[in-house]
Amino acid sequence: MDALEILFTASFWVAAIRIASPLIFATMGELICERAGVLNLGIEGIMTAGAFAGWFTVYAGGDLWTGVLVAALAGAMFGLLHATLTVPLGLSQHVVGIGVTLLATSLTYFIYRLALPEVTSPPKIEPFQPLPIPGLSKVPVLGEALFSQTPLTYLAFLTVAVVAWVLYRTPVGLAVRAAGENPSAVEAQGISVTAIRMGAVMVGSALMAVGGAFLTMSAFNSFFFEMINGRGWICIALVVFGSWRPGKALIGAILFAAFDAYQVRLQQMSGGIVPYQVFLMMPYALSILALILVARRATYPKALMIPYQKGER
Amino acid sequence: MLSRSHLKSLEGIIMRLEPKPAPSLALTLLFPVAAIVATLLITSLLVLAAGASPLSVFYLVAKGAAGSQFALLETLTRATPLIFTGLAVAVAFRAKLWNIGAEAQLYVGGIVTVVLGTGALPLPSIVLIPVIMLVAMIAGGLLLLGPAALKTRFGVDEVVTTLLLNFIVLLFVSMLLEGVLKDPMGLGWPQSQKVIAEAQLPRIIQGKRLHYGFVIALVSAIVVWVIMKKAVLGYEMRAVGHNPEGARFVGIPVNRVLMKTALLSGGLAALAGFSEVSGLKGNLTLDLSPGYGYSGIVVAMLAMLNPLGVIASAIFVAGIFVGADAMSRTAKVPSYIADVMVATSLLTMVVAILLTRFKVRWR
Repeated sequence: MDALEILFTASFWVAAIRIASPLIFATMGELICERAGVLNLGIEGIMTAGAFAGWFTVYAGGDLWTGVLVAALAGAMFGLLHATLTVPLGLSQHVVGIGVTLLATSLTYFIYRLALPEVTSPPKIEPFQPLPIPGLSKVPVLGEALFSQTPLTYLAFLTVAVVAWVLYRTPVGLAVRAAGENPSAVEAQGISVTAIRMGAVMVGSALMAVGGAFLTMSAFNSFFFEMINGRGWICIALVVFGSWRPGKALIGAILFAAFDAYQVRLQQMSGGIVPYQVFLMMPYALSILALILVARRATYPKALMIPYQKGER
Repeated sequence: MLSRSHLKSLEGIIMRLEPKPAPSLALTLLFPVAAIVATLLITSLLVLAAGASPLSVFYLVAKGAAGSQFALLETLTRATPLIFTGLAVAVAFRAKLWNIGAEAQLYVGGIVTVVLGTGALPLPSIVLIPVIMLVAMIAGGLLLLGPAALKTRFGVDEVVTTLLLNFIVLLFVSMLLEGVLKDPMGLGWPQSQKVIAEAQLPRIIQGKRLHYGFVIALVSAIVVWVIMKKAVLGYEMRAVGHNPEGARFVGIPVNRVLMKTALLSGGLAALAGFSEVSGLKGNLTLDLSPGYGYSGIVVAMLAMLNPLGVIASAIFVAGIFVGADAMSRTAKVPSYIADVMVATSLLTMVVAILLTRFKVRWR
C-alpha cells in the first residue's frame, strides 16, 4: 500500500480516533486546571492511577462503568491533594505536580504488587466493546472512524462539548476562566478563588484519570507498568497547542493521534531500514515542535502558576 | 560580566529579596527531620494495609540500609548517582530553571562514556577519565541548553520539553544499543561493550562495589557549594531565581545566566551516567538508571537546594531504596514502599518549608 493511501482508509482513522480518546480526556482535564490558573504536572501519575483503578475495579468484579467512576474518584482524590498544596498553601506548582506524579505512580505500583503478589503477567479483563451507531457508522471513512468506537470514546467527545459549554456559557465557567486571568476580580464578586481553583483541579484530575482508564478498559484489556509512557506530558503540550480552548485542543489531539497512527503504519512499511526507535520518538519530538510553533502567539492564562492569597494583589 | 560594584549592589538586592534571616543550622535540620517523621507516619498506614507492623518494617529498612558494612557500602554506592542528579536539580531549581530532564542527561553521560571508553581513545587512565568526564559534562549540558534556549527565546516551558526529552533520549539509547553501540558478544541483549580498564573508576575497597565515583560526587558537591556561595555566578543564579525582573534591572544578563545554569546542571547529571558506567556497571544498558533523574528532584528538595545538604539527602534516599529492597525479601511488603516514601517526603518537605515561612510572617 502506498504511504498516502493509508490516509484514506477507514481503519487508519478508526485507530487515530481510538488513540486520540485518552488524550482528549486528559487534555480536557489539564485545560480545566490551567484555565483556573493551576498547572497540574500530576497528570502523568494521575493517569497511571486511573488506568489501574478502573482496570482493578473490573478485575475485582465491578462493572465497566463502575470502573470508570472509581478511576474518576481516584483522580479527584489526587487532584484534592494537588489543589490543597498549591491553592490554599500556594506551594510551587512545578514541585508539587512532580511530587503528585511520583506519589500517584509509586502508590499505584505498590497497591498493584500488594493486590497481585504472585502474578507474572497481569490478568486481563473484558474491556468496553465497540458500539457502532446504527446508520452513521455506515458512512464511509468518516462515519466508520467516528461512530464505530467504544462508548468511552463517545464520552470523550461528549466531554469536550460539555467542557466548552460550561467554560463559555455558564457562570461557573466564567468564574473558572476569571480565576485563571484575574483572580481578584473573582474575589470581588464574592466568589472564592480558592474554591473555584480547587474544584477545577479536582474535576480536571478526574478527567485525567478517566483518560488513563481508557487505556486499560477500552484500548487494551490489562494494566502494565509505565503504560502511560509520557502521554500526560504530551497532553500538557496539547493544551498549549490548543491555545487553552477545548475545540482547538480536540483538533490538536486528533491531529496528534493521526500522526501517531501514521508513524506506526510507516514503521511497518519501512521494512526495518529506519530504526523503529526513530518512529517511536516522533510523537515526543512532534510535541516539542508544536510547542515551539505556537509559543510566540501563545496567550497563557495570565494568572497561571501564580498563587492567589486573599487580600493580596 | 559583573564588576565589583555591580556585585555590591547585587548583594543589596538579594538581602532585600530575602526578608527572613538565614535560619540557624538546628532549625535548618529541623525541616527535613519533620518532613521525614511525617512521611513515616503517612507511609505506616500503607504498611498496616499490607498487614505488617510499621515499626518492624521500618526497622528492617534501616537495618537493610545501614545495619552492616555491606549494607552501608551498598547505600553509599546507590547514593553516588543521586548526589550528581540531586546537585543538577539543586543548581537548576535555584535559578528557577525547572530541569526535570536529569534522567536524559544521565543517559547522555553514559553514552559518552561508552563511546570514548571502549577503546576509541587509547590513553592512560589519568588522562582518559578526565577527558570522558569533560566531554560527558559538555554533552549533558548541551542537552539542557536546548530547552533553556527555547525557554528564553520562545517562552516554551522547559518542564514539558525536558520531560519529553527523557523519552526521546531513552529511545535514542535503545537505538544505539541495537545499532552502532551493540555489543557483538551480548547474545542479542541490548547492551554496549564494556569500557576498557583505563576508563574504569577504581573501587575504593577491593572486592566491594563502592567506587571512586562517590569521591568525585563529594568533590562535586563541594565545588558546587563554593560556586553557589562564593562565585559571582552563584549570586547571579540566586538573583535570577528570586526575581528575574529585579536581576535584569541591576544589569544581570538573565538569559546568559540561565544558559550557564543549564550547562552546569546538565553536566552534573551527565556525571551520574558517567560514574554509573565507569565505576559500577562497566557498560551501557537501558536500565542504567531506575529513575535517578526523578529521584534527584526529591534529593534536591530535601536538601533545600543546598549542595552540601544534597550529600546527606542522597544517602538518605539511597538508604530507603536499598533498605526497602532488603526488607521486602523478608517482610511481605512490596519494595515499592520505598518509592512511595520518597515521593511522600518530597511533598511533606515543601509543606515543612512553608510552615516556617508562615512563622516568619506572623512574627
